[in-house]
Amino acid sequence: MDFSWVLPLLIILAKTVALLVAVLIYVAYVIYADRKIWAAVQLRRGPNVVGPWGLLQSFADMLKFVLKEPIIPASANKGVFLLAPFVMSVLALAAWAVIPVAEGWAISNINVGILYIFAISSLGVYGVIMGGWASNSKYPFLSALRSAAQMVSYEVSIGFVIITVLLCAGSLNLQDIVKAQDTKYGVFGWYWLPLFPMFIIFFISALAETNRPPFDLVEAESELVAGFMVEYSSTPYMLFMLGEYVAIVTMCALTTILFLGGWLSPIPFAPFTWIPGVVWFVLKVSFVFFMFAMVKAFVPRYRYDQLMRLGWKVFLPISLFMVVLVAAVLQFVGGR
Amino acid sequence: MSLAAAFFYLFSAVMLASAFMVIAARNPVHSVLFLILAFVSASGLFILMGAEFLAMILVVVYVGAVAVLFLFVVMMLDVDFAELKKGMLQYMPLAAIIGIVVAIELVLVVGGWTARPGAAAKPADTVSNTMALGRVLYTQYAYFFQAAGLILLTAMIGAIVLTLHHKPGVKRQNIADQNARDRNEAVELKKVPSRTGV
Repeated sequence: MDFSWVLPLLIILAKTVALLVAVLIYVAYVIYADRKIWAAVQLRRGPNVVGPWGLLQSFADMLKFVLKEPIIPASANKGVFLLAPFVMSVLALAAWAVIPVAEGWAISNINVGILYIFAISSLGVYGVIMGGWASNSKYPFLSALRSAAQMVSYEVSIGFVIITVLLCAGSLNLQDIVKAQDTKYGVFGWYWLPLFPMFIIFFISALAETNRPPFDLVEAESELVAGFMVEYSSTPYMLFMLGEYVAIVTMCALTTILFLGGWLSPIPFAPFTWIPGVVWFVLKVSFVFFMFAMVKAFVPRYRYDQLMRLGWKVFLPISLFMVVLVAAVLQFVGGR
Repeated sequence: MSLAAAFFYLFSAVMLASAFMVIAARNPVHSVLFLILAFVSASGLFILMGAEFLAMILVVVYVGAVAVLFLFVVMMLDVDFAELKKGMLQYMPLAAIIGIVVAIELVLVVGGWTARPGAAAKPADTVSNTMALGRVLYTQYAYFFQAAGLILLTAMIGAIVLTLHHKPGVKRQNIADQNARDRNEAVELKKVPSRTGV
């Protein structure tokens, strides 16, 4: 028997655990930051009781969720009901397998990294549909249908935005996409500037894809109680919320990689390039998340028909046109 | 046993089991969910063979889009499947005959299959398999590729034509008009004299 595969497997497992712990702790503080920023915009204090400045609030919430009793509705489809939150959170975390947090720092540096993330994020809709259907109740079901339609719609424009970036970078590998943005212009060489309209479209589509306000029709409290999660309590609910926030952070990381130069330093000379790439990466992800949180704080919710119109009648034509335009420019100017 | 072999058996076993469950599950929604599991395992097998692009496309297209539609339809239909299952034994002989014919045809086709010379050649290591696929698709098979696109477009237009109904009397919001309204025309200020009303 050949056991030479045991050591690489163990190394991969160790890396995975390290990344998972890092991502989960980051997500805990992202939730805290979300609440704090929201509160600050509304001149409130936000969470400030547990730990200094409320820093341990997310962990206290987690403990509370875990210790409560999970209630399963009597007429729910039990297997699917319990599977849905796991699907949601596991898929959200699985996307991190290919995200390079610094040069060479990815669990798996696969050739089709961007497609992998796209595929995984398109599966997120199953958690929602399964949860909504298995609850065997009207509001979750309606809201699951809504959100499935929403997530599928915005995937289309995200796909086209990704294609324009791929055309410019000439690769589907996430590390190559970041390296393609490594020019002597630093922050101005990243793709957010040359592909500016796409950056905005991607940002807004990312909000819609992750069901963030102003596109949080899934959980529109005033219309649908708590959306597809109405029947969920304790740990299953926490897994849904975790999956949602991990997906948000994934989208922030993807924005960083595609448009904000991943781990690259914004100023491309000596003292700044000494700072390890992972620091820049985390800073940029946090910046993108800050924008997500600000949007949540001051944009009112879209109506459902407005949301669909925006996705299909505005973003889709613009992004289709931009794909053609970018391809033509690259062809005639002879980019890469 | 190498790691790849272990994963091969894992994915194959899961795929076969879930493919069986697609037809064996009582609840149609469970059937669709098992179908999705079968798709995902198939894409795992593709990855093991080094065809990562195909694997991802399988997940994006079939699992991410087609199966979502299946799931939608099955969830919305309120069909009593126990009723449908009743006639199962009755139709069994017919189904068995069709199954056997298809199996024989498959064996004949696959048995007589010879790959085109050079088809199995691996692309050079410098070219990733996505790039190799793209090069063939957009040069040698460009017309077929375009034709496939046209067929899909036709299907899409057909679906839209079939489902598009313009109901008269429905109020629709014109976003451009809505945005063009301003305070001066939307709000009218009236000076109301005291004790007389408007």
